[in-house]
Amino acid sequence: MAINDLFDKDLKIINIGLTSFKDSLEEVQVDVVQVDWKPPADIDEKTMEIISIHSSYIEKQNEKSLKKILSGMPFLIDLERAIDVIPGMKKNMILHAGPPITWDRMCGPMRGAIIGALIYEGMAENPEEAEKLAASNEIEYSPCHEHNTVGPMAGIVSPSMPVFVLKNEEYGNHAYCTMNEGLGKVLRYGAFSKEVIEKLRWMEAVLYPALKKAVRELGKIDLKNIIAQALHMGDEVHNRNRAATSLFYRQIAPAVIKTNDTDVAVKVLEFINGNDHFFLNLSMPACKVTLDAARNIKGSSVVVAMTRNGTDFGIQLSGTGDQWFVGSAPIPDALFFPGYSKDDANRDIGDSSITETNGLGGFAIASSPAIVQFVGGTAKDALNYTQEMYEITVGENNIYQIPSLNFRGTPTGIDVVKVVEKGILPFIDTGVAHKKAGIGQVGAGVLSAPMEPFTKALKGLAESLEKKKN
Amino acid sequence: MVVKGKIKRGEYFDSVTLMLVAKQINVIAGITDAAVVMNTEENRSILESSGLLMPEFESAKGSDLLICLKAESNEIAEKAMLQVDDVLDKVRHEISDTEDFLPKSLETAMKTMPDANLALISVAGKYAAREAMKALKKGLHVMIFSDNVPIENEIKLKKYAKENDLLVMGPDCGTAIINGVPLAFANVVNRGNVGIVAASGTGLQEISSIISNNGSGISQAIGTGGRDVKKEVGGIIFLAALDALNRDKSTEIIVLVSKPPAKEVLKKILEKVKNITKPVIAIFFGADDKTFKNSKAIQAKTLEEAAFIAVNLAKKKDKDSFKEMLVKRQKTIQETAKKEVNTKNREQKYLRGLFCGGTLCEEAQIIFQDQIGDVYSNMSSKEKFLLKDSWESCRNTVIDMGGDEFTVGRPHPMIDFSLRNRRILKEAEDPEVAVILFDVVLGYGSNMNPAEELVPVIKKANSISKRGQISFVCSITGTEYDPQNRRKVKQKLEEAGVYVMESNAAACELSGLIIKILSEKFEKKEDRHGNK
Repeated sequence: MAINDLFDKDLKIINIGLTSFKDSLEEVQVDVVQVDWKPPADIDEKTMEIISIHSSYIEKQNEKSLKKILSGMPFLIDLERAIDVIPGMKKNMILHAGPPITWDRMCGPMRGAIIGALIYEGMAENPEEAEKLAASNEIEYSPCHEHNTVGPMAGIVSPSMPVFVLKNEEYGNHAYCTMNEGLGKVLRYGAFSKEVIEKLRWMEAVLYPALKKAVRELGKIDLKNIIAQALHMGDEVHNRNRAATSLFYRQIAPAVIKTNDTDVAVKVLEFINGNDHFFLNLSMPACKVTLDAARNIKGSSVVVAMTRNGTDFGIQLSGTGDQWFVGSAPIPDALFFPGYSKDDANRDIGDSSITETNGLGGFAIASSPAIVQFVGGTAKDALNYTQEMYEITVGENNIYQIPSLNFRGTPTGIDVVKVVEKGILPFIDTGVAHKKAGIGQVGAGVLSAPMEPFTKALKGLAESLEKKKN
Repeated sequence: MVVKGKIKRGEYFDSVTLMLVAKQINVIAGITDAAVVMNTEENRSILESSGLLMPEFESAKGSDLLICLKAESNEIAEKAMLQVDDVLDKVRHEISDTEDFLPKSLETAMKTMPDANLALISVAGKYAAREAMKALKKGLHVMIFSDNVPIENEIKLKKYAKENDLLVMGPDCGTAIINGVPLAFANVVNRGNVGIVAASGTGLQEISSIISNNGSGISQAIGTGGRDVKKEVGGIIFLAALDALNRDKSTEIIVLVSKPPAKEVLKKILEKVKNITKPVIAIFFGADDKTFKNSKAIQAKTLEEAAFIAVNLAKKKDKDSFKEMLVKRQKTIQETAKKEVNTKNREQKYLRGLFCGGTLCEEAQIIFQDQIGDVYSNMSSKEKFLLKDSWESCRNTVIDMGGDEFTVGRPHPMIDFSLRNRRILKEAEDPEVAVILFDVVLGYGSNMNPAEELVPVIKKANSISKRGQISFVCSITGTEYDPQNRRKVKQKLEEAGVYVMESNAAACELSGLIIKILSEKFEKKEDRHGNK
């Protein structure tokens, strides 16, 4: 609008900065929108320059990534043993959550879970033996993410554990995840006592074959459909999976009964019914199988993995291949179970932030105001958190919607450029593990991702763009 | 005296919030100075100059908050430090608990208001240019209130704006009136047929207020930011605004106002004036009279004069018909001055001008130069009259209280009177002081209760100066439509014995005259400074 055209119009003002200016304008009845501005992250000028030169290319590539994410079709198609299906899995390999890490830098709960897994595998008789073995060179550690797999909390997957097999029917890729053990003393929080191992063995002996038969009976289960419905029922499918678990239960129950003896069917269905988080281990691989299809799009600044190993927080971008960008994992702001406090809390841990990466979890918290109460927030805070996440995403989901925002699609496709430019960090729902091995969960809460991995990732992307040019 | 410092990592607050926090801490008994600032280079250098840059601040990063307290004792400092935490916490949570969702970026705000046409930007200077460029690229006109924007960014923005026929007012543009809407620090004035282009904030306020107070009004008042008329920027927006006003049907008279522009820029402006079809009145402080020879522009000597000429032309009267009124006023001023001189003792001979308006302080220096000779100032363009220490006056002195040395961690003196109030009392203690001159600037953004804050200080100052009476003279820039209401402020100040003049020029005239008569009356042997 030319200067002289402005003189003929009513002023419509966007106020970026001092709110007192907005107040004065409102007093003289002028239309004004206030921007709640934050400074961008600290990053070198050169990176920003490269990014700004390539900005239209990056945007174009991000649209491609978003399209792949939106068109993903995650189905549960089978259950198998880890060693039989997970690519690259070995007899002496243990997969873990988060970016790569060595035993000496692992946190307490991750070590605890590995001790439990070695006992479960029969590779050690007792915790002392297991610890010795774990610290030796005989065991190979690798991130779940590098094997099309995700795991909640410690995310430990050992060779004989049964896993869900998911397929992205649109792109043909697969993803894997163990079955959820429930709450209390469980391996994923680093507990390795006798009852933990016994439950894992029961899951392998009873739950696994029963569900396998049921899933095969049904052929496949549409997880996208379940997640979309669950969002309308108060879940964000990360910290709250009650509705999704119920929906899954309704689909699987007849098939479980049809394909199993009554006493087995009763126990299996009781187990699922008794664990509100059962669906977490399906929502996570559903997100993983969706996001993996959006990998390796050159120049794309979309995050395809965002995860923590209890020590480091790491992300991967679509445009930078298998490269990890890591920073220190923060300690969550949480509501603690009685008797525990922030002093007991481990640094943030788990692959479960794959849900946020796919626009669910903390990004969809407006669907699940119950979660925000974990940190004493209000229902309005939940709406605000989700609305803030639209600032850092490429687009909105076409299937996953938020009723309280007029069925607006969930904010989808975290754009690292926007994260850095706006200084706004992804918002994550999470569970909190005790920092000592063997104790388990001590609370649940929310947190913002740390900035370091994002600024590093943007630098990495800028470098890859420069290479491409040369 | 102890000095205590603390870094709060990764805590971002906007500068105004921090100033309000600092203000609350500064009033604690036993605290002599408090700074609560974000760790920017500018803030660091300001802290350094005021002796508040602690060694431990070395490790601070860009997003860190720096707190520094000067206190009478360690105990007071520690207590106050805790209070800072409390206040910050309160400020943070007041926002997060109650506010509706606010867009976090221009692009999101544009979704709420797709037909937005102007962005008002007041974020920290180093980020302002980026936000401004984003707004320009979306086709919005921009006003940048922020200062400390690198000049190369200003040039880039203004070049882009020129190519796309957009306005960039600022950086460091404190005031503008577009389509009758007062932006940032601006007065509520009548609408009318006078358009203003200003590279001077209080200049724009003073002229627009006087025009409005004399029954005419403003079509558009466009601020350009002081640097626009410097050589580097070359007057890009000043010239574009002049063109726009020339084309604007509602504008019949144009007023140009600026602190000293660069020679080549002034030349360009006067060149452009040749092609302007409307009468142009110009006041460029410090410009050589010769430059105006053969120019179509009508040169005004003071802001008031510029306003009067504009009013006469707006009312289709002879442009000089105001002069009669000025002659009459001169008589009144003379009578008042004589009366005031009689209240002084032999020692009293100097004036102290304490300004919150930078252009008003500049105008005062020029008026006094003719009347009583050069005066000292923290903003003097003459080396000899530049104060060595801004906190200590010397003979006849005028101070711009908006200077950086006074605004570290504090709101501008138009908002926060506390520093100037202290200075008024300090000057009153000086037995050689005869006149205290000050300005009051009204309008949105300024202090909402100026009279209530000034009157007790003036009363106290009067009680301090025992030997002879001090004359208090002031001008009020503003209108009766301003939220503070000029008429009411004037009445209260007059009740406290202050001479409230119609303009800064008139206030200077009265103050200078008192000094002039005093010096003639008590002629001393010593050579008076600054005589020509």
